[in-house]
Amino acid sequence: MWALRGLRNGVLTTRWPASPDAYTAATRGAVTVLPGPAADTIDGTEASALCPAGAIRAGLAGTVRVDQGGCIMCGRCVTARPDVFGWSAGPGSPSLSRQGLVVPAAETAESLAEVTSRLRARTRALRRSVHLRHVDAGSDGSEEWEIMALLNPVYDIHRLGMFFTASPRHADILLVTGAGARGMAEPLRETYQAMPDPKVVIAVGTDAVTGGLARGSYATSGGIGGILPVDVWLPGSPPSPFAILSALLLAVDRLPGQRAATAAGHGVAGDPR
Amino acid sequence: MTVTRYEVVASVEQLSDRAAGQVAAGARLADLFGTARDGGLLLTAQLAGPASLATVAAMLPPWQLSYPALTPRVGAAFWYEREIHDLFGVEPAGHPRLEPLVLPASGGQLPRPGAAGGPAVIDPDPGVLPRHTIGPGLFTIPHGPVRSGVTESIEYLVETPGEDIPHLNMRLFYKHRGIEKRFEGMHPADGVLLAERVEGVASVAHGLAYCQALEALADTAVPWRAALIRTLHAELERIACHLDVMIRLADGAGLAVATARFGWHKERVLRLTGQLSGSRFGRGVAVPGGVGREPGLPPADLLTAVGVLDRELTADVRLLLGTASFLDRLRRTGPLPPARAAQHGALGPVGRASGTADDARESRPYAAYQALGLAVSARDDGDALARLEVRADEIGASFHLLRQAADELAEAGHGPLRADWQVADGRTVSWAEAPHGELLYDLRIEDGVITRCRVRPASFHNLVLMHEVFAGDILTDFPFIEASFGLPVAGAAR
Repeated sequence: MWALRGLRNGVLTTRWPASPDAYTAATRGAVTVLPGPAADTIDGTEASALCPAGAIRAGLAGTVRVDQGGCIMCGRCVTARPDVFGWSAGPGSPSLSRQGLVVPAAETAESLAEVTSRLRARTRALRRSVHLRHVDAGSDGSEEWEIMALLNPVYDIHRLGMFFTASPRHADILLVTGAGARGMAEPLRETYQAMPDPKVVIAVGTDAVTGGLARGSYATSGGIGGILPVDVWLPGSPPSPFAILSALLLAVDRLPGQRAATAAGHGVAGDPR
Repeated sequence: MTVTRYEVVASVEQLSDRAAGQVAAGARLADLFGTARDGGLLLTAQLAGPASLATVAAMLPPWQLSYPALTPRVGAAFWYEREIHDLFGVEPAGHPRLEPLVLPASGGQLPRPGAAGGPAVIDPDPGVLPRHTIGPGLFTIPHGPVRSGVTESIEYLVETPGEDIPHLNMRLFYKHRGIEKRFEGMHPADGVLLAERVEGVASVAHGLAYCQALEALADTAVPWRAALIRTLHAELERIACHLDVMIRLADGAGLAVATARFGWHKERVLRLTGQLSGSRFGRGVAVPGGVGREPGLPPADLLTAVGVLDRELTADVRLLLGTASFLDRLRRTGPLPPARAAQHGALGPVGRASGTADDARESRPYAAYQALGLAVSARDDGDALARLEVRADEIGASFHLLRQAADELAEAGHGPLRADWQVADGRTVSWAEAPHGELLYDLRIEDGVITRCRVRPASFHNLVLMHEVFAGDILTDFPFIEASFGLPVAGAAR
């Protein structure tokens, strides 16, 4: 009897974001640059040798920056230079601007505040009930698993008023995975155009943000940014279900501690609001 | 010990004779691919027999733009020759249906894997694809590439008079990523990262097969503990993939509780993988020479976790296989006759459900499989139910392997996880039994960089069989048939 089987293990669902979930700290976030003077010791040659995805750059001023949008989470830099690089813990680090994924931040508080308020104005009507549509634009298949996981009883996004819909005409948020395969550019545009306004686009995963390791191939466009206007950038290879959840909540301005997290995660001083 | 042979024959005609002869003698065509070389196009066929893998290659000189197709003699070459035509532009003369498959292009440069350099951009042109139906009174339902639910992009053109599906066409090119070409020029140690992303849900199998190629070239022996850890992760990955199929089947039948239960089990398998390796998909487990890190759990705790999972999961699998309303949807749905499966050399659970019991873990063992006990499960019915039953058996077998590997790991104590490995030039073939079936890598390294990396996932080999399994099935059977094949599109389209 399936009905009884459903009761066997009690409630399995996380209470995040209402209360903390230990697993969010157990999963790896993207790589970040640790504060300290050691970061200055890395030059351009070492930076490119450290990262097979080309996500580490040594700036002119001797400052090392990690583009989390290009980070494939292989961890080589953390192993080689634990004094400079570390894993950021927590449920991932979605950002409302592409530049916001570059740490430590070079962006000014004003521009992020501007992006935030624009998105907030646009998504005001969506906050309570949101319908999602997913399109694969050349993923490796793992991102789909992590999005699917949101429907399992552990994450159960229905409790947050979020539902997947079959038709783009009913969708508010478009989750796009994959490196922007050229064959998918047109179907992706058509799906986007079929969605009613207001609509939000989330680039799910490093591949969708920059193309990841598939960047530079004749068959991909290095992320989906060149195909659609992206509102939320979510790195990860693949991003964990909690990370996808946090990107969804960020998109509709329901991520608790959003302002604080944005400030801490991107080194932006003060309240961007 | 598995025998691998590499032989270059004088002409493509000889290659064709050799392949046809070996297939007639019981071998199966496991791969057929091209490599652009200075002297022309090197065509390579992999012929798998019991416990052996013969590689036969022949050079097609640059002035020859066509060769006699192998497909009329060996049916399994059907998609492979279309792929060669897409990527290199040479024409297999006499091919029954030479339409674009992975890359419909309208003139211009072609990718030509193996050649130095290559086009920066190729935009696929779906306009060159014919749209036709096979008979009067039929119409085509284009199903994809954007479909309902969270799925990978592929287009199925379902030709139907209303209910039946007399014919199906598949279009893979939408998510073609040019992965094989992307490998070229990479440092071999970086290549494993890309290999793990060919099919993200089978990262461990891909990482393993790729690293085994490097290790074969450099003659590196992997430490015993590393072999055990690789095996552990490969089996966890198999359980997760098979659970994914069960979720999709249960979801298709509207079994909400079963869908939720299997979703929960799968989540726990991914979390266990994450706890052991740092990645929910086991990325970074396989590195050239061994494994990346110590498992995050001691063997005793791993055994406990595996025991809990096994108990709870197996009870649900048993209930699923006893749910009559569910089984009715699968029984005699999407049948693949054993004779056809054998003729094509169907791989993985799809092949084993149709009586083709080849399993690389047993016939050509790698990692720690030689030392561990494995019972290969097979059925003869060939329908969606048989494919589910094979997967259920394999989950049981994987738990058995996990326990053995964890026990061995506890006994092995401490020791190195990684042998000293250096890049070595050469060309070799390697394999792993991914959850979806046998996976082949044919890797060529010259001057310390990758110059050709052929990846042949089971999905590419098996997906073509979906053409043939709709005997008497109707539109509502489609999701069950697709889910019961359970093949990642990412690998098939590459």
